[in-house]
Amino acid sequence: MGDVTFHIKRFDAGAGARPYYQDFVVPVQGSLTVMEALFDIQEKQDGSLAFRYCCRSSICGSCAMYINGRYRLACQTNIRHLRSGDKVTVEPLPHMPMVRDLVWDMDGFFDKYEFIKPWLIRNSHTPDAEIPQSPDERRHLNMPIDCILCGACYSSCPSVWTEDHYIGPAALLKAYRFEVDSRDDAGKTRMPTWDNERGAYRCHTITNCVEACPKELNPTEGIQWLKRAAVRRRLFGKTK
Amino acid sequence: MIYHQLIVVGGGLAGLRAAVEAKAAGLDVAILTQVHPGRSHSGAAQGGVNGALANHPEGHDDTPEKHAFDTVKGSDYLADQPAALQMTTDAVPAIYELEHMGCPFSRFDDGRIAQRPFGGAGYPRTCYGADKTGHYMLHTLVEQAYKHQITMYIERFVMGLIVEDGECRGVVAYNMTKGGFEEFRGEAVIMATGGAGRTYSNTTNAVISTGGGAAMAYHAGVPLKDMEFVQFHPTGLYTTHILMTEGCRGEGGYLVNGEGERFMRRYAPSAMELAPRDITSRSIQQEIDAGRGIGGKDYVYLDLRHLGAETLAEKLPGTRDLAIHFEGVDPVYEPIPIQPCQHYSMGGIDTDVDGKTMMPGLYAAGECACVTVHGANRLGGNSLLETIVFGRRAGSAVVGFIQGKSGGGKAAAEAAAGSAAARLQKRIDDIAAREGTEDAYVIRTEMTVTMRYHFGIYREQGKMQEGLDTLLALKERLKKAKLRYTGGVWNIDMIRTTELEGMLDVALATACGALARSESRGSHARTDFETRDDAEWLKHTVATCRPEGPPKLDYRPVEMGLFEPQERKY
Repeated sequence: MGDVTFHIKRFDAGAGARPYYQDFVVPVQGSLTVMEALFDIQEKQDGSLAFRYCCRSSICGSCAMYINGRYRLACQTNIRHLRSGDKVTVEPLPHMPMVRDLVWDMDGFFDKYEFIKPWLIRNSHTPDAEIPQSPDERRHLNMPIDCILCGACYSSCPSVWTEDHYIGPAALLKAYRFEVDSRDDAGKTRMPTWDNERGAYRCHTITNCVEACPKELNPTEGIQWLKRAAVRRRLFGKTK
Repeated sequence: MIYHQLIVVGGGLAGLRAAVEAKAAGLDVAILTQVHPGRSHSGAAQGGVNGALANHPEGHDDTPEKHAFDTVKGSDYLADQPAALQMTTDAVPAIYELEHMGCPFSRFDDGRIAQRPFGGAGYPRTCYGADKTGHYMLHTLVEQAYKHQITMYIERFVMGLIVEDGECRGVVAYNMTKGGFEEFRGEAVIMATGGAGRTYSNTTNAVISTGGGAAMAYHAGVPLKDMEFVQFHPTGLYTTHILMTEGCRGEGGYLVNGEGERFMRRYAPSAMELAPRDITSRSIQQEIDAGRGIGGKDYVYLDLRHLGAETLAEKLPGTRDLAIHFEGVDPVYEPIPIQPCQHYSMGGIDTDVDGKTMMPGLYAAGECACVTVHGANRLGGNSLLETIVFGRRAGSAVVGFIQGKSGGGKAAAEAAAGSAAARLQKRIDDIAAREGTEDAYVIRTEMTVTMRYHFGIYREQGKMQEGLDTLLALKERLKKAKLRYTGGVWNIDMIRTTELEGMLDVALATACGALARSESRGSHARTDFETRDDAEWLKHTVATCRPEGPPKLDYRPVEMGLFEPQERKY
């Protein structure tokens, strides 16, 4: 297949310099993922290259990057599937605070995740059997539980770019995951975290998050469910 | 210096479960982790977690005793039997507890947790959430860690233990985001750092599964147990070695050779594709070696086509995605090319059923530990179980240890602070200053290839001796490899170069244990000693690190008491 040029955004906050781009040529025989290429560059050409890595099988959420202008997981992106010929541009998730090279600062992202109380709230404490849940009730969880917290949706959302306090699609999807769970007894305990202008109402259904999600999830759908649930609760007092 | 009573190294399932237990009991707990806990390799587990819940219509008379029997038989009788029974007894409440924490298990029509058949199990007892059980369990425990407000130091790469007066008093870690080395001191440390799959070139494991925790304990004088027992999972994707869950076969998938034959009928006529992993992997390897791979090549097919698109969407959606994205094959329409791949380290840090090691203050749980419940071959579904059972037990044991401890405390830690971080800084400076005539990444590749081909599914004296010589030479050569990058922030060159030292020592423990064990048992299959030898080898290998050369090997009897060894037939 020949040589492929990786055009990589570099940055080192400590050095006080501005970000810049650097090209690395990687020889390709057959299959090559962007993650494999980054390791190849780090091992053979530039030991200083910084990027997050872990599972290399699209389940850990470490390697969401902006590759050829789209949100992708580096490990899941085979250059065979890119239509850019022999040049691949690799950047960290845009609009996010940068740490170094392809690594961005996720502290704010996880602060917002924590803010929505992302855990099952139960009134009972007697685990001598499972809490029954029908397959139909369980099916509501199928979409939101597949979130890998990679941050692609968060980085893609114009409401996140323009409002620092907006908790963003990933945290709201997690709130939806628990609110929709038949076992959750939160009632109005979790609701104040998302039923406000820094929560669900800041979503303007631009649906960038849907396009960005490398797991093909639909955060917008979850957020709209939250808005409907809030209205139902106000009008009819129902919590489910 | 940062002080917490308990320092948990690793944010996977075992570490999180231990931390939650200790925090709920009132301890000041910190988790140190190389990646955000939700990114830990536990999340890559797919098929399920075993427990005799007896929810399945065909498993209504299942019991923890039967689960223990299957575990011990699967282990080829090397598991300590009381430990195995402890795990299977704890399994049922541990799974209920996880469900109450919110874990989204799949459900039967009656609303109970769904269970599926798995390899080597007499009953369908593997509780699952589609084929992403590890991901769901991991995120459930991450959520609990946030709920319990456990302090988490994320992207801290732990590089060594602090041992003073024979006690473990903390760890030294590299702060990846800010740079620099930090001392974390406390009254106890729990190692929960996962397996050492990356010592092999053909592993299903995450890039961070390097055996780091095991290596740190080993370097501090704590022995590693049964390291020669390395599990090869029958179904790794051919080109990337990414796991295709045993659940594929639990749901009825076939293994098919180049002649279109379901060859397992010749190896395990009754269990067929659901034989234990050691037997299934050997069967695939024999087909490949006999030229009956697909097109004569070194892979066979995992065929799921007859299950239909609906079953795949409901029960194996992740498998389909992985096959499409990473192998370019859609299992609804095409069989999946697979070959056996390194998957799990049965061996690990020598502990008891409470995670206690021989060093006061040091505990271990999960894949980095060896209790031993898996013996010579782990059953599928028992590793997720091990993490929540022994994570909880280790957390609980540490609470007792700290309550009974005299001395220690934050003031003593402050008085001792500084020396360990300074030693680590010197170690790194020394590596940076080497002449650099060797390349650490070349050495890494040579090690992983040596492990794959010399200590793989089938083993033989001459080949292993050759492999051992190579590893010893690599260990010497690594002393001449220098750092290529010395920057402070996100220096993965330093991480990958220094972790290689530990990987080589863990690999050496595997190599020496394998070379010495002149029998075949479970995953350790020798072509020159083809049968199990209970008279001589019904015992654990205990390897102690020596600064130079191979480790010292001792042996310890297996704890029996429940089941007499018999021939394994499936």
